[in-house]
Amino acid sequence: MLGTLITFPELLVLLPLIAGLLLFFVGKNYSKQIALLASLLVLGVSLWSLLHTDVASYNAVSYIWLKYFGATYYLLLDPVSRIFTFLTALTFPIIIASTFSRKYNHSFYALMLLAQCGLMGVFVSMDALLFYFFWELALIPVYFLCSMWGGERRIQATFKFFIYTFVGSLLMLLGIIFVYLHTPPKTFEDGVQAAHSFSWHAFKNAALSSGQKVGAFFLFLIAFAIKMPIFPLHTWQPDAYDQSPNSVTMILSGLMVKMGLYGLVRWLLPLFPEESIHYSKWIVVLSVISILYASITAFSQNNIKRLIAYSSIAHIGLMCAAVFSMNTMSLQGAMIQVFSHGINIIGMWVIYDIIERKTGAKHLSELSGIANKAPALTIFAVIIAFANIALPLTNAFIGEFMMFGGVYKFNRWLAFLAGISIILAAGYTLFFIKKVFYGEVNDRTAHITDISMDEKLILGALAAWIFVVGVFPQPLIELTKEAVTYLSIQNN
Amino acid sequence: MNNIINLAWLIPVLPLIGFLINGLGRRHLSKSMSGIIGSATILGSFIISLLIFFQVKDGHTANLHYFDLFNIDALRVSFGFKIDQLTSLFLLLITGVGFLIHVYSTSYMHDETAPDFAKYFAFLNLFVFSMLILVMGGNYLIMFFGWEGVGLCSYLLIGYWFKNKDYTKAANKAFIMNRVGDLGFLLGIFWLINKTGTLDYDQVFSAASLSKLSLMDITGITMLLFVGASGKSAQIPLYTWLPDAMAGPTPVSALIHAATMVTAGIYMIVRSNILYTLAPATLWVVAIIGIATAFVAATIATQQDDIKKVLAYSTVSQLGYMFLGLGAADYSGAVFHVITHAFFEALLFLGAGSVIHAMSGEQDMKNMGGLKKPMPVTHITMLIGCIAIAGIPPLSGFFSKDQILASAFAKHWALWGIGVFTAMLTAYYMFRMYGLTFLGKFRGTHEQEHHLHESPAPMTIPLIILAILAAVGGFMGIPEIFVHGGNKLAAFLQPVLAPSLKILEKHPHEISHNTEYMLMGISVAVALAATFFAIMKFRNYQRTQAKGNALITTLKNKWYVDEFYDHAIVHPIKDMSRFFTNTMEKKVIDGGVNGVGKFVHYSSRQLRWIQSGKVGNYIFWMVVGMLVLFIIKLFV
Repeated sequence: MLGTLITFPELLVLLPLIAGLLLFFVGKNYSKQIALLASLLVLGVSLWSLLHTDVASYNAVSYIWLKYFGATYYLLLDPVSRIFTFLTALTFPIIIASTFSRKYNHSFYALMLLAQCGLMGVFVSMDALLFYFFWELALIPVYFLCSMWGGERRIQATFKFFIYTFVGSLLMLLGIIFVYLHTPPKTFEDGVQAAHSFSWHAFKNAALSSGQKVGAFFLFLIAFAIKMPIFPLHTWQPDAYDQSPNSVTMILSGLMVKMGLYGLVRWLLPLFPEESIHYSKWIVVLSVISILYASITAFSQNNIKRLIAYSSIAHIGLMCAAVFSMNTMSLQGAMIQVFSHGINIIGMWVIYDIIERKTGAKHLSELSGIANKAPALTIFAVIIAFANIALPLTNAFIGEFMMFGGVYKFNRWLAFLAGISIILAAGYTLFFIKKVFYGEVNDRTAHITDISMDEKLILGALAAWIFVVGVFPQPLIELTKEAVTYLSIQNN
Repeated sequence: MNNIINLAWLIPVLPLIGFLINGLGRRHLSKSMSGIIGSATILGSFIISLLIFFQVKDGHTANLHYFDLFNIDALRVSFGFKIDQLTSLFLLLITGVGFLIHVYSTSYMHDETAPDFAKYFAFLNLFVFSMLILVMGGNYLIMFFGWEGVGLCSYLLIGYWFKNKDYTKAANKAFIMNRVGDLGFLLGIFWLINKTGTLDYDQVFSAASLSKLSLMDITGITMLLFVGASGKSAQIPLYTWLPDAMAGPTPVSALIHAATMVTAGIYMIVRSNILYTLAPATLWVVAIIGIATAFVAATIATQQDDIKKVLAYSTVSQLGYMFLGLGAADYSGAVFHVITHAFFEALLFLGAGSVIHAMSGEQDMKNMGGLKKPMPVTHITMLIGCIAIAGIPPLSGFFSKDQILASAFAKHWALWGIGVFTAMLTAYYMFRMYGLTFLGKFRGTHEQEHHLHESPAPMTIPLIILAILAAVGGFMGIPEIFVHGGNKLAAFLQPVLAPSLKILEKHPHEISHNTEYMLMGISVAVALAATFFAIMKFRNYQRTQAKGNALITTLKNKWYVDEFYDHAIVHPIKDMSRFFTNTMEKKVIDGGVNGVGKFVHYSSRQLRWIQSGKVGNYIFWMVVGMLVLFIIKLFV
């Protein structure tokens, strides 16, 4: 039986790793097909794991890794991991399929799959050193993808991205080592004793004084805040999104930013519950600033990718605010939104990618009247745009509703301020639609054709997801409910 | 027969099916097919609504539960419908007027290409679906679903002719201004959830749940819900989107921006009547906003030359009356005016559409005149509409407006005073419109004159039906002083309003019969006088050089409210956005980050042998480090 001989978390990490490494050497002519196949395989495993996870142990596996450091290869597929790994598995086939009309060589796809391996690893690791290892492993392919296949200013953008995330990683590593030095000793089955342990449970029981805890809390917090990102640590993101190839932007915005959120719920909140509660008000305030700042900044963006980037920062800000509001409703909303944001923003990029390929334009001012030439594309764009602003009966509504409701419970004035973003989001999103799709055609758009069948398939799949989850959110709620209950048990 | 109410789900599903067929098949359907599908589905809903109405009249109401929309520990929201007296009235209104407007559209939109024609009917069906969900939902969240759905359809239909950037701008404005209201609605919902733990109407309005709410809570919740209502129903300060929304095709204006969607705010308040009755402060706010909107919109309407703009402001003004009625806690009066207004305002809009159609798209009344002869049916039906809206007995507007004005007087005489003054303005601007359009000599081009014709039957028949309804619709609510038990509508709505009425009975605001006769006499007299004055003034209108004074210029420019909003809200946001992009992002934040970058570069110079400052090298060493870790693992 699948998942017994070799466990789900291992499979989710190993499959993309093997496929990625293989792609460097074999099957160069069919690299995109192989990559798609591998990602579908991962999706299959992930779907299977949703139904057949062993509830008692959550398919934990633990091998000895660095015995004398007390580090283990400790993986787990608990309800929280299941959400994030499923999102990763679900989006990768779409991302890879969206590259089919472009010419990338085999190393591109190999790196993409390695990034997936890193992401999966981040989401299943229960050992802090292993977590850090995968955290970096997920980033490295992205640096390469961005610096080799990116836009004109890719070197600058990658450098900025690198500095930011490097600082973040460094602080996190510092935090990990600091907490590690205060963990109890670990004895392995063969009697070898390590002075300390990197395991999540040891970290949770680390003997830190309250002052030390505050210090460690902030080290982790800054690392995750850069990743999400939260104002004022966000400026790498518009540049990186802008200069990366579109499919890499999808990974960055749909999945990589979720690493930050995952870090919050997996590590920060359980390890530092008192500090999280103590500083929650300030973090929610910062998140709300982030939401409003990004929403307002989005208005004057002419570059479409930067527009979407700021919109994403606003969305992530709301998720962060919801996580730190720390009530059932807000956490539930955030967990659902992890999903919906991932799907919707990838949808936005797919739309953008098609427009860019058809017209060569990257800016709002260059575009007009696409609806005249490409009605089907317009319909999908409008659907995804309205999902992005969380219209009811689209997937994003229920999550945003719960997040706002949860933040309201935390503090009604902050909910009001954050709520202003629903007006602003409607403003810039509809402005984008109006500018690009409506009006008369211009030189750039006069000769374009409507989308092809396979583009319709990709967008159709996204639209179907948007509506099905929008009308029947309960299954997704069930999937995430367990995670919320699980988290609140861990936090107590 | 008793089971018919269980078929209620078909009422919204039929238009949804119409939407799907027309939307997905728009490339394959002929125009007549799309028209038939669009209209027939609404007719089907109307027939079921009618059957349900009779059942409800016999006292059968129902709460229908279909599935749990979501169910988390903190909150359970079901997808279900509530069919009671209030809902069944709105069902009849939406599907009945909706059907007439669909039929009208088959002719009005005939110049569109087949796919666009199908798209139009798809959107119109989707609108009816959303509006039905709004009034049928059994809790505030389902109402909110419909609420946003109608907003979406309004956006899509205002921007239906998307090549025109002004139209799409108007569409955006409508949606964004409505979102301001939506935020209020949402915050109200959250407040309710926090205090009562439910959104289900029956549970929220139960004594157990009301006892959990302090006066402060109820006032806050009702105020926030009213913010939502004032967005959707175009009240001060959120009314400016509605006149711009006239960019959409005229039947859309009739259906969405006159008869149905804009009355959603009134529906919401009547649905929550017990909460409002318990919040006297909110009722005062509602009354004041209502009368102020009625007055301001009426003043603007007197100086508009675009026939649709006049009607748009008349709609805003009439909606103001409805809120005045709500503020006076006369919920049945407000619903009464919703119904009569749907008849006469839809009639006026469709009549205007017929005129615009005959004038080859011309909307400026200065270029019309003398249309009485070439367009007899449109003329007579429009005249009936004008008399009805002016509040001249015995047409429908008289009864409903009078009921509201009487209730307003009972609350405060000043509300009544401004209301009557506004009624005078209403009669004036409506008959100004009538005079400019139908009387005098034709002032347009020869080409237009040659083209003048009465509209075809699919357009005139809805006009005739609506004219009959606008004429006799008032008899459903004959005041008590004329016929004892004459107010059938109030009696019908009694079960929905019972809890409020019980509270209101404790503080009766009865006015004597003599006073009521006197009030009625005054309002009819001023309406007749204004009508007479307007007809005299505009029956032979000749174009003259405009010599407006400051007041007229201000009114022509709609009190400069749009300009004020631009300067007070839109421009500051845009300026702030540019400041964030150019200064905050580049100089302040990145400046700081570059400082870090320089530091790294500086350090790299000190440690040049391992750090070259190039990303590739960093990554290389990172990879090496990890490999080393792995290798260690292999040997330990």
